[in-house]
Amino acid sequence: MSIGALVAERRVIICCGSGGVGKTTTAAALALTAARRGRRACVVTIDPARRLADTLGLAGLTDQAAEIDPALWAIGGPDLVPGGSLSALMLDTKSTFDRLVTRNAPDPEQAARILDNRFYRNVSGALGGTQEYMAMEKLHELHDEGGFDLIVVDTPPTRHALDFLDAPERLLRLLDNRIFRLLMTPTRVSMRVASVAVQTFLHTVGRVVGSEVVDDVIEFLRAFDGMEEGFRTRAGAVGALLADPGTAFVLVTSPRRDAVEEATFFAERLAEDTRAIAALIVNRVHPDFGGADPSGLRATAAALETATEPDPAARRLGAAYENLADFRSVAILEREHLTGLRERTADVVYVPYLAHDVHDFATLREVGTLLTDATA
Amino acid sequence: MEVADFCSSSRVMIVAGKGGVGKTTVTAALAVTAARAGLRVLVVEVEGKSGLPAMFGAPPLGYEELDLTASVRARFLTPDAALVDYLENHGMRRISRRLAASGALDVVATAVPGMKDILVLGKVKGLEAGRTADLVIVDAPAAGHAITFLTSARGLLDAVRVGPIRTQAQDVVDLLSDPTRCQVLLVTLPEETPVSEVVETAFAVEDRAGVALGPIVVNQCFAPLPAGVTADPDAIRADAAACGRFVPDREARDLADALAFRAERHRLQRAQVDRLAERLPLPRIELPFVFTPDVTRPQLDLLADALTAGIGAL
Repeated sequence: MSIGALVAERRVIICCGSGGVGKTTTAAALALTAARRGRRACVVTIDPARRLADTLGLAGLTDQAAEIDPALWAIGGPDLVPGGSLSALMLDTKSTFDRLVTRNAPDPEQAARILDNRFYRNVSGALGGTQEYMAMEKLHELHDEGGFDLIVVDTPPTRHALDFLDAPERLLRLLDNRIFRLLMTPTRVSMRVASVAVQTFLHTVGRVVGSEVVDDVIEFLRAFDGMEEGFRTRAGAVGALLADPGTAFVLVTSPRRDAVEEATFFAERLAEDTRAIAALIVNRVHPDFGGADPSGLRATAAALETATEPDPAARRLGAAYENLADFRSVAILEREHLTGLRERTADVVYVPYLAHDVHDFATLREVGTLLTDATA
Repeated sequence: MEVADFCSSSRVMIVAGKGGVGKTTVTAALAVTAARAGLRVLVVEVEGKSGLPAMFGAPPLGYEELDLTASVRARFLTPDAALVDYLENHGMRRISRRLAASGALDVVATAVPGMKDILVLGKVKGLEAGRTADLVIVDAPAAGHAITFLTSARGLLDAVRVGPIRTQAQDVVDLLSDPTRCQVLLVTLPEETPVSEVVETAFAVEDRAGVALGPIVVNQCFAPLPAGVTADPDAIRADAAACGRFVPDREARDLADALAFRAERHRLQRAQVDRLAERLPLPRIELPFVFTPDVTRPQLDLLADALTAGIGAL
């Protein structure tokens, strides 16, 4: 599907890919494009570079969507359609988690007990997958309550680019962990049966990290008792939103081999879940200069440079051929890398190596135009 | 500085940087450089799916050490495996496997933030003490993780007051803050955002982790156009005529366009390197742009040459 159609029709776009490929910039450019085309768009960013954050009005950490003054971005042009709005927020994992707890707790006292717990304070910021889960939780919240036509989500730069897909399940798995369950339900018969194993476990953990930590964990789990159901329902709803036909996955990559490998892995995983990649965006593609064969160019360069008495003109010309050969090799190899990945998606957009950094609305708009024109 | 002196100035070198800056490539090139100077090198990867072994034509890494070349070995270090090691070394052999297999590590690691990093760095400390290699190069986690990775031991010292984990954290802090044992090489690109970020990271790492920073490695630098070469089709045609060659107009234009692109990128990159020099008073080593998206042994040798030259100029 073309990028133009995606930003015009979908309700959720999730940008995925490995770190350093320009995911955040791409997400911001897509949201801006939608806003300029008259939609109410919101971009959810995770870790924007400072100048982009400033542009999007994210200088202070707020995890509420804030509308950006149209005077800043709705600058005239043929692509500008009235009626759009642009909002942005930077994910704050902890406050999103806090709200989830408050919402699910049966009473304010229980919520307070959890929020004050030392273990919870560590969990909410640091647990592997928490950030991913909270990104999806925030998406769900915005989708239900934000009044947006389109939400574009930047995914966290995780070690495993897929973590956010699994995040709801991982949280549930943690709650389902055998030891957790035993700790959480001390009155069950199973507790008595397993108590020796549990005691041994707790003793070991206590020996390693100190018994205070163990006490914190137990207290947290007891405070959490009765709330799993709410969490489970919520995780189910988040999963359903990800599977909704209004949700599009856009894969962002660079043509470097490791980034393409990660992107391919991602595409395979999405395919397992019968989710298609709506579009593939390849950033930082080197320009291609003509169609000459690099080895021919290199041979010419070599012939010019290894002449017995190369004069300055031959040396200069040789350097020019060598340089063209270098760029032709890069162009060919970059396209080769992408072959397998290209077969997995209908639309591929190549974004050239840009001469400048993208951190203001003018350059974001330029990226948006590149993205939409390329598949027009 | 001599390469041998540089590579043995600390037994542990941690290569860190944001995703996409070529951290793993620099790690591999540094390993080749040190090996050439006669050192036995051990590379430690801490993230999954590393491209490092493929650069040496080797299969994926496991927890066991693998020979990449005659004097470069590599291994993968996971927090889970490091925890098992740790428990076994602390008289908890019986329970260690079960603890790791039950998924309890997630629980424990969550209860103690930074625990995973401490386990991994604690193991690195063990490798340093084991002296099976002259130089241990750690390919640190990407992005903001690098700062967490290097600062969590210090944070843990504040949070945990007693017990073996505190001892372990203290050992890690001792290692990280002793420039004769460990230094951190930050890798960046000569582009606006990576430069801004490496400056922030450098200050954060020095202030919060107390680690000694080695030179900043600026990766993927374009060389300037050779003297006298200009991106002008007419000049190209004139040179061709001077040495009795015919260059079709179209080819002259492609040659000129490619030269113009390189000259422009070089100009933009120099501005960013200047900005880096202004904002961060640390020595720099520049590595050339490698014109293949695949890095294999020939490219590593090329980068090792550049590292050797860069170290020589320090």
